Amino acid sequence: MASALTEKYIRSDKFPHMWCPGCGHGIIMRSIIDAIDRLGLEKDKVCVVSGIGCSSRAPGYMDFNTLHTTHGRALPFATGIKLANPDLHVIVVSGDGDSSAIGGNHLIHAARRNIDITTIVFNNNIYGMTGGQYSPTTPTNYFGTTAPYGNIDRTFDIAQLAGAAGATYAARSTVFHVPQLTNYIENALRKKGFSLVEAISTCPTSFGRRNKKGDAVDMIKWLKDSAVTTTKAAKMSEEEMDGKFTIGEFKDTEAPEYVEEYDKLIERLKGEDNE
Amino acid sequence: MENNFKLMQGNEACVEGALYAGMRFYSGYPITPSTELMEKSAIRLPLKGGKFIQMEDEIGGIAAAIGASLTGLKSMTGTSGPGFSLKQENIGYAAITEVPLVVVNIQRGGPSTGLPTSPAQGDVMQAMWGTHGDHPVIALSPSSVREMFELTVRAFNLAEKFRTPVILLADEIVGHMREKIVMPKAGDLEVVNRKEPAPNNENYLPYAVDEDSYVPEIASFGNGYRFHVTGLMHDETGFPSNSTENAEKLIKRLMAKISENKEEIIDFEEYMTEDADIIILGYGGTARSVKSSVKALRKQGIKAGMFRPKTIWPFPEERVKELSKQAKAILVAELNLGQYVLEVERVIKNNCKLGFVGKANGEVLMPDEITAKAKEVL
Repeated sequence: MASALTEKYIRSDKFPHMWCPGCGHGIIMRSIIDAIDRLGLEKDKVCVVSGIGCSSRAPGYMDFNTLHTTHGRALPFATGIKLANPDLHVIVVSGDGDSSAIGGNHLIHAARRNIDITTIVFNNNIYGMTGGQYSPTTPTNYFGTTAPYGNIDRTFDIAQLAGAAGATYAARSTVFHVPQLTNYIENALRKKGFSLVEAISTCPTSFGRRNKKGDAVDMIKWLKDSAVTTTKAAKMSEEEMDGKFTIGEFKDTEAPEYVEEYDKLIERLKGEDNE
Repeated sequence: MENNFKLMQGNEACVEGALYAGMRFYSGYPITPSTELMEKSAIRLPLKGGKFIQMEDEIGGIAAAIGASLTGLKSMTGTSGPGFSLKQENIGYAAITEVPLVVVNIQRGGPSTGLPTSPAQGDVMQAMWGTHGDHPVIALSPSSVREMFELTVRAFNLAEKFRTPVILLADEIVGHMREKIVMPKAGDLEVVNRKEPAPNNENYLPYAVDEDSYVPEIASFGNGYRFHVTGLMHDETGFPSNSTENAEKLIKRLMAKISENKEEIIDFEEYMTEDADIIILGYGGTARSVKSSVKALRKQGIKAGMFRPKTIWPFPEERVKELSKQAKAILVAELNLGQYVLEVERVIKNNCKLGFVGKANGEVLMPDEITAKAKEVL
C-alpha cells in the first residue's frame, strides 16, 4: 500500500523507477520527501535540481518543480534559480561523481557563497550508471571497472569538504540510519545558507559485486557496522577507525546568506538608477 | 531636439540593449575581450532590481543563466573564444529544453588561448556546430555599436519568441569599438516577451504545441505548474522517453521551429548590389572594411556591392542564391581562413565566380586587401 507520503509527493505514474534492485537511492528520496513534509513546504515552491547519474533521476519521481541538468552542473543551475526567484526552496540532488568530480568546483563555490541551497549527495562510492568506474569516494584498494587492480586514489570526504569550503550546515548519514538521515535533511532545509547532507547509499550491482560486499541486505549491514558516530570516533584510535567512517553533524553555524546579501545591495541602491 | 547621442563602446551598448529588452539576470566569467559585458551588468542590474553573479567558471556562467531563465527572467551570459567552447554543452541543453537565453561571443583569435586581445571571426562554424547533435541555431552578427544595441534586443526577442538560445556572434572589432550611438527611446524598438500558459489548466502539457505553432508555452518555475525539465529526449509531458518515434518528432520540431520561420529570422543589409558585377559578402566588424572597399571600387569604375548578413545562422540561402545568378562574382571576406565561404560555395554552385579573402593573424582585413582581391576575382 502506498504511504500517505508517496500519495502526496511521488509521481507514481513514472514508476517503475530505473534504479536496480537493492539500490539505496529510494530510501534517500523518501527521507527527502519526509523532511519536506515535516516542514510543510508548499509543493509549488519547492524546486529540485539534479545533474547526471543514478541519483539524478530522483527529481523526475518527485512532484515539485524539477530539473534534470547536465553532468556536474546542478549547483550552478540551482544558483541561477535561487538568485532569480528567492521564494523557491531549492534542493540539489547529486551523486558522488556528479558533486565531487565533474562538479567539484561548483560544490566548493556554492558552499563558499553560502547561497541558500540544500544539497543531498547520494554517495554510492561508484559511477553506477556507466557501469562501475571508480569515483572520488571509492575507497583506496577497492575495485572498479577502471580500477581493475585496485584503486590507488585517495578519497574525498564530501561532507567535510563542503563544511571546510564554507557551508553553514554539513552532515553525513546512511541509508541504514534512516530517522537520523531524515532529521539531518530537515535540519539542512531549515538552514538559511548552503547546507549539505551526504547520504551513504548502497550499490549492490556495480560497487558491491566487484568488492565482494554480498547482496543488498549485506551491504546495509556493512553500513551499520562501518558507520561510527562523531562522538564515538573521537575516542577511537586510527587503527580502530580503519575501514570505518564517521556519521553525524559536522558543521552547524550561521553566516550571511548570498541572496539576502544581494537583496540588501538592491535595497541600498534604490533610487540611484539615473540612466 | 532631445540629446540622445552617446559615445559608447560596443560591449557597453550590448548591455544597454539587453536592459532595453528587459534583461534581469546576467551570469558569466571574466574573459578578454568580453569582460565589459560583465562589468557593465554588475553596475546596472542591481540598480534595476535585477541580478548579476560572477560564477566560478564559464560553464557555471551559462548554467546559472539557464536556471534563472527557467524562473521567467530574461537572462544573458557573455564570453569569448575559449569560454564559448566551454559553454557548448549547455547551449545544447538550452536548445533541447527550450529555454530562452542570449549568449554573447566577442570573438578573438584562436585556437586555444590564441590571441586574446585581437579580433577574429573564427567561431562562425562553432556557433553552428559547436554543441553535439542536431540542434537549432540562431546567430546574429553586429557591425556597429548601434547594432550591438539593436541586435542584442533582437537576440532577446528571438530567444523569447522561439524559446531557444540565441548567439550574438560579435567580434573584438565591434566589441571594443567606441562610436556615436543614438540611444533608442522606449517604444522605438520592438520588445517581445515569452508566452506563459494560462493558469489552472488541468491538462497542461509543458512541451505540447498547437498545430500551427512549433513553440511550446512552458511555464516558469514557481508559477503553479509542477513539471519536469530534462536534457534527455522527452515527450510532451517533459518526462524522458526512449521512444524512437518520439525522439524523431521532438528533434524535427526543434529544427522546424527555426527553418519554418527563417523568413522572419533572417536579416541582412545590401549596399549597391542592384547593378553589381561583384558582390562582396562580409559580416560583423569586417563588413566595415567591405563597405569602404565597395566605395573604392566604384570610384575606380568597378560595379561592386556589399551583402552583409546580420543573421549569420540560419544562412540567408535564398538571397545569396539570387545574387549569385545576377552578379559575375561573389567575394567572401571574413576574419578566418575560410568558414562562411563554405556555405556560400554550397549554395551558389557554379552560378558565378567565387573568391575568398581572409586572415587569422590578429589583424583586421583592410579595405585595400579586399579591393585587390576583388579585382583579381573579377
